[in-house]
Amino acid sequence: MSYRYLLRQTLIYMAVLTLALWVLIPILLIGISAFTPRQELYLWPKSIIPSHFSLETMRFFLGAHGVVRSLLNSVKVAVLTLTFTLAVGAPAGYAVARFFFRGREAFRLGILITRMFPTALLAVPLAVTFIRWGLYDTLVGVALIHTAMALPFAVIITTGIFMGVPKDLEEAAMTLGCSRFGAFARVALPLALPGLAAAAMFTFVISWNEVFAAAILTVRNRTLPAHIITTIQASPLDFRFAGGFFMILPALLFMFLIRRYLFHMWGGATAER
Amino acid sequence: MNERLRKLLGTDTLLPYWLLLPTLIFIGVFFLMPLFKAVGLAFYGKDGFTLAYFEKMISDVRFFDALKFTFLFAITIVPLQVVTALAMALLLNSGFRGSRFFLYIFALPLGIADLAAGLIWLSIFTHRGFLNSILYALGIIDRPIHYLSYQNINYTFLSVVAAEHWRATAIVMVILVAGLQMISKDYLEAAEVLGARGWKKIWYVILPLLKPSLQSALIIRTIFALQTFAVVLALAGQITPVLAGEAYFWQFLYRNPHVASAYAVLLMVISIAMTWVYLRYLRSRTEVIRE
Repeated sequence: MSYRYLLRQTLIYMAVLTLALWVLIPILLIGISAFTPRQELYLWPKSIIPSHFSLETMRFFLGAHGVVRSLLNSVKVAVLTLTFTLAVGAPAGYAVARFFFRGREAFRLGILITRMFPTALLAVPLAVTFIRWGLYDTLVGVALIHTAMALPFAVIITTGIFMGVPKDLEEAAMTLGCSRFGAFARVALPLALPGLAAAAMFTFVISWNEVFAAAILTVRNRTLPAHIITTIQASPLDFRFAGGFFMILPALLFMFLIRRYLFHMWGGATAER
Repeated sequence: MNERLRKLLGTDTLLPYWLLLPTLIFIGVFFLMPLFKAVGLAFYGKDGFTLAYFEKMISDVRFFDALKFTFLFAITIVPLQVVTALAMALLLNSGFRGSRFFLYIFALPLGIADLAAGLIWLSIFTHRGFLNSILYALGIIDRPIHYLSYQNINYTFLSVVAAEHWRATAIVMVILVAGLQMISKDYLEAAEVLGARGWKKIWYVILPLLKPSLQSALIIRTIFALQTFAVVLALAGQITPVLAGEAYFWQFLYRNPHVASAYAVLLMVISIAMTWVYLRYLRSRTEVIRE
């Protein structure tokens, strides 16, 4: 253990700690804000740690008109989205992972290109179309556009997940008498289940966080982010802080649960091959 | 699979296409159709083809500000993110004890919505927010500074940059960490045998090998940075207008899907142009597309 080595390690830890604090402190601060008594938020000079923590701000937020309803809407839309997304995307992911077929690369390229579409380009024309289809201002309508936004990720993620399940196992099941579908349902699916659950949570987070399309496609049936952004100019600071805190809560929880799968989602496409 | 279903689906050669079908239909209805519809809305009025909506967009008082700020945000935020993410990835890659733990911490903002990030940083930059409180406690100021106001448009701009930098660096970091893991150990060992250590190794060996990942990160981040919307709205309101925000206002407040579509089409064209620029000037096409 030379002097240089120790110096190097110290520097690395100092840099890493600084960056970690940069990431963590804002999250801590919104937490403090959400539990600061309301009138203390408007004091000058304001102390960084409030005199006491209170549930007042959160209670005000949850009691405000439309919040609980939009909260429930958000959950419904997110659950619909993850159902649609996996139902549509997982079979495609399985096909890309298992079969070599004509047009496979073209399909993968097409999926990647759809990721580059600006949300506005989908949401604005769909608002017009949805009025005609009777889907405007409905939760299913919002869930459908969220599905469109999550689908490229879902296909890429599930491709990675099914590639991680050895093909040999399915083939063995088939030689032992399983049908093609039976081999999938009894062998591949159970092995892929944790990965699929992670993909489902990731899809949930995409939907839970999405604001542009949700705000444009709804009037009365708003999701939480849509409710917050459409009332933002008129709402007091404490409402906004509590809203921000509430929005990140499930997202952080889910990201923690699926942390091992992060690379399937973002790095996976490169790491795969 | 029973016999009848098997006949219906054809043999295994057709199976993958059946599996792709739902996704293809979905892409057709929810990507291609809106794309054509948006172009239609932007260029066609009651009397056929027209450029009136684009003229209306360009003659809007906020249009050039929105264009300016959209580009300024992108060219400020993206390089900052790449540099920060590169530092994170290289630090994590140095393999110190607990690097896995820090990887998860660095990745946390991945789950945070742009709107939520805007609100988080609002608690810092607002008039009686944490930044002013800290500066006061340190005795640097005695009256709060209005960071988010028309009088301090530069501060407002920097506030949005700080929030976006904080929120979206994690995506770049994950892409770069994945890229670093793919670099073969042989290259690194060879480099060390030949005497490249420390900064030299990073500059002459690691960075060139990381180029495909850097390109992907640049493209993805630039495209999303051009769409910055909720962070701006939460922090700056209309002080620093952006293109995606204008599309939102034209659709949501002014109820004019034609002009809103014109903005959306403009955003798409800019995104395609930027991607083309990256592909043209950074090379190694296939790898970028892979990502």
